[in-house]
Amino acid sequence: MILPALAFYLFATITVACGVMVIASRNPVHSVLFLILAFFNSAGLFVLLGAEFLAMILVIVYVGAVAVLFMFVVMMLDINFVELRQGFLQYLPIGLLVSFILLVEILMVVGAWVIAPETAAVAAAPTPDPALRSNVAALGDLVYTRYVYLFQAAGMILLVAMIGAIVLTLRSRPGVRRQRIADQVSRTRDSSVEIKKVQPGQGV
Amino acid sequence: MTGVDTLLSEYLPILIFLGVAIGLASVIVIASFIAARQKPDSEKLSPYECGFEPFGDSRTQFDVRFYLVAILFIIFDLEVAFLFPWAVSLAEIGTFGFWSMMIFLGILTIGFVYEWKKGALEWE
Repeated sequence: MILPALAFYLFATITVACGVMVIASRNPVHSVLFLILAFFNSAGLFVLLGAEFLAMILVIVYVGAVAVLFMFVVMMLDINFVELRQGFLQYLPIGLLVSFILLVEILMVVGAWVIAPETAAVAAAPTPDPALRSNVAALGDLVYTRYVYLFQAAGMILLVAMIGAIVLTLRSRPGVRRQRIADQVSRTRDSSVEIKKVQPGQGV
Repeated sequence: MTGVDTLLSEYLPILIFLGVAIGLASVIVIASFIAARQKPDSEKLSPYECGFEPFGDSRTQFDVRFYLVAILFIIFDLEVAFLFPWAVSLAEIGTFGFWSMMIFLGILTIGFVYEWKKGALEWE
């Protein structure tokens, strides 16, 4: 079938182009929007691999939440982005180094499969045929039993993230007049209304 | 036809829809670009603020509290994302899988109680 190959090249090209635009675009808000487009296209790539659940989670979590978080960071920090871009090229060597290491790692992983296709069979948990067991169910079979420690560690990391965010950003502001519903409801006529006898011509 | 091909053929309507959407959107944009009269003027692109020049940058700083709300949302979003495969394969993973998810939810409930007590959910 030629259609999956065409879709792959379409998604991959747009992803790479968006990745370039994220670092190349002048306006940081545009960078975040290109990042969102890159996320969408990566979700398309995941679908092509048969990893439906990861694709949907990528859309829900990354596009729905992480991109919003990036947008907040862009809006919150008072950074002159034009000034920030001045020393842009001096990070080029280290960026190239990191990308080279990543390329070597990918080549080593994929190269092993290409050179010796039988290694795919000795994987700890081979992906079942999607016709027999759906991708979501196949994940669920493993994550909560075989990888239970990693799963609980993920829960711990989320807990740390939650507490860390609260500790870092929560400030109690003095002098804020909060609405206290219990106080309002428990107010009675006796505590709030007083009848005064006013003599004529004397005032209160 | 292998399983992945069957899966992808289920996604074919979405791909067709995507193609139609991109095609239609580009046709509309290009047609309006060609057909409409173009009278470019720098004033048309300048920001308008009730007749006077804008006072400052339209990008104002947000309060950090929005960030807190967003990050708490992401954490519970991820928690719910973990529930989907668990619910689908609960028959396979049995009691152990059930309790492993309960412990996971318990850990996050500790955090939830903490943020409730700290008043992170209140807006002032």
